Amino acid sequence: MSDYISHDHEHDGIDRRGFLHCMAWAGTGLLWTVSGGVLASRTLAQIAKAGDSLPAATDLSFLQISDSHIGFSKDANKDVTETFKIALDRINAMPTPPAFLIHTGDLTQLSKPEEFDTFDEVLKSCRTKDVFYVPGEHDVLNDGGKLYRERYLKSVEGKGSGWYSFNKNGVHFIALVNVLDLQAGGLGQLGDEQLEWLEGDVKDLGADTPIVVFAHIPLWAVYPQWGWGTSDSERALGYLKRFGSLTVLNGHIHQVLQKVEGNVTFHTAMSTAFPQPAPGTAPSPGPMKVPAEKLRSLLGLTSVQYKQGKTALAVVDSNLS
Amino acid sequence: MITLTHKNKMAALLCGMSLLNLSLFALGGEMKNADSTKQNRIEIKDFAFNPQSITVKSGDKVTWINRDEEPHTVVSVEKQFKKSSALDTDQEFTITAGAPGTYSYFCSVHPKMTGTIVVVK
Repeated sequence: MSDYISHDHEHDGIDRRGFLHCMAWAGTGLLWTVSGGVLASRTLAQIAKAGDSLPAATDLSFLQISDSHIGFSKDANKDVTETFKIALDRINAMPTPPAFLIHTGDLTQLSKPEEFDTFDEVLKSCRTKDVFYVPGEHDVLNDGGKLYRERYLKSVEGKGSGWYSFNKNGVHFIALVNVLDLQAGGLGQLGDEQLEWLEGDVKDLGADTPIVVFAHIPLWAVYPQWGWGTSDSERALGYLKRFGSLTVLNGHIHQVLQKVEGNVTFHTAMSTAFPQPAPGTAPSPGPMKVPAEKLRSLLGLTSVQYKQGKTALAVVDSNLS
Repeated sequence: MITLTHKNKMAALLCGMSLLNLSLFALGGEMKNADSTKQNRIEIKDFAFNPQSITVKSGDKVTWINRDEEPHTVVSVEKQFKKSSALDTDQEFTITAGAPGTYSYFCSVHPKMTGTIVVVK
């Protein structure tokens, strides 16, 4: 396939063919850019192709990775460590490194110390060293998240079961935990203590402060029948609705889904490990098996990008094989 | 002609005992299968407990086995019996049914998954 750009509708130095071409890899990540309180995302492959233009033009860029599931070795992907490495390689290949990474949970498959060890060891290859975490349910399986908190909250002031906030370049980031103390029959849950903390955390911020919230399970009702939602997320969003720019980043469902409601953008990221079925299209939300030769193309199959100043989402759905 | 030495006699005796033990063991297994224990198996498949409701006698064993590629747990809603650790694929968890009553449980990883054990005398 030629790298020649035949159609450049967006005048961004990349056409659809070129975009699909460079999406042909398994590990995925999105580069988030904040400029003037408006968030935009582009895939890592796009950044690699687009040169310096995007990061240089912005105030802050960071990167989201999700659902590494280190330790998983079933048919859906027998080598999740390798695809995690590939994702990190893509980050390292970016002409301008992101300021930091966020990982939206499920670092491991079974919360085992050796799985966390492998995750940490592989992550050492990443040139971007600052990483902010939230736990997935797979990271807190048997100890209520004790081991996770010991390892991944060293650079922040974790409260309660591990929630925290921090500021970067005038943007307020809020890391929430919605995978603990879940109730029978229910969904993800934040709980009263965390919600009260959240209310206090943002009360003195100006409404023009861009807010980025990240948590593992979606904070919107993606598909409650599969548990893809958070029971008390509406209360959290109530504390945040006065802000002019609110972006909610989640993982958990191993596919890109987006919803824009007024000034709120909800987004779920792809996994670096294996895909999961679209809501309601399978008997259960378990790992989706595809032929080995199709794994990468499937993971790279759907990508979505925001562009600054645009409300419409650009979605690419293509088979890259 | 083979002469049974003392050593050989001992070996034959041990061998015979082993066979006897094996057959007794097998018999025990059959007896075990013949009682209600075999029926008290709950398969975890496609993010659901199957059967979702099961009736057992007090003192019976109840065993869950995870057939999903996703870890699941078995947790009593009212903390009435010990909870399982995370069960990986094909791992089992067994409890002994206690006093008669209705026991609700769920998977603490995927709380949409719920089930009930009814214990009778």
